[in-house]
Amino acid sequence: MSVDLEHYLIVSGLLFSIGLYVTLAKQSFIGVLIGIEMMFNAVNLSFISFARFVESGDPISGHVFVVFTITVSAAEAATALALAVLLYRVKGTVEVERMDLLKW
Amino acid sequence: MDETGVVIAFWVLAIMTIGSALGVVGARNIIHAVVFLVASFLGLAGLYVTLSADFIAVAQMLIYVGAISILLLFAIVLTPQENRNNSEGFLRLPALALALLVGAVMIFAAVDTEWAIADRDGFEETASAIGDALLDKYALPFEIASVLLLVAVIGSIVLVRPEPMEEDE
Repeated sequence: MSVDLEHYLIVSGLLFSIGLYVTLAKQSFIGVLIGIEMMFNAVNLSFISFARFVESGDPISGHVFVVFTITVSAAEAATALALAVLLYRVKGTVEVERMDLLKW
Repeated sequence: MDETGVVIAFWVLAIMTIGSALGVVGARNIIHAVVFLVASFLGLAGLYVTLSADFIAVAQMLIYVGAISILLLFAIVLTPQENRNNSEGFLRLPALALALLVGAVMIFAAVDTEWAIADRDGFEETASAIGDALLDKYALPFEIASVLLLVAVIGSIVLVRPEPMEEDE
């Protein structure tokens, strides 16, 4: 019994779908952000497992790509959380269902 | 990759990661959800170690477990009242159906595809190879990423800055 690429990809797929559910279903803006971070992590896991197992001339590229996704997700988290604080200041809530300025 | 220890470590870490992710879904208080998220990130860092990705594992610990979770907690305590609620909205059932569908398709694709599995051992160490690649082959994306981070930091400071005082009219 050994651990193969498929095992890691299944963990990654499960984590991605849980993150997708959290992103779509949660009421709180911060809950939505938590789901997005989980999806980022699932993608990073599949990059790292492909870099480890799959035939490639330059396997370290997968790791470099993960460094960039971590950078982008950090930038995204900082900006989105600033937006959450700002939305709370303006509307007094962070529930996504009450962000309905474009609805009439 | 056939040592028993690695297999046991994989299963323990995978159960920890997925179980904590389910805890994020189930937690009613959003601070508990963030604590479950940290446990999930820690399990993922362990999975990176079993994949011989030492640098990425440490970066995961520093950035996700350290920085992003603290940032989430800061955002939670800066938006008080009623916002500790972590319950689902009216999109609950469509989201559940879509997530199950996407998960099933991804797992089917992962199991059914014939991957070109390489016959090599794990990396000896990755930090110096990543550093070489970042400053050689990927130098331009590296610089763009640093500009992106700078813009994001300045942007979030501008967004949450208190309203400027009315200066002399």
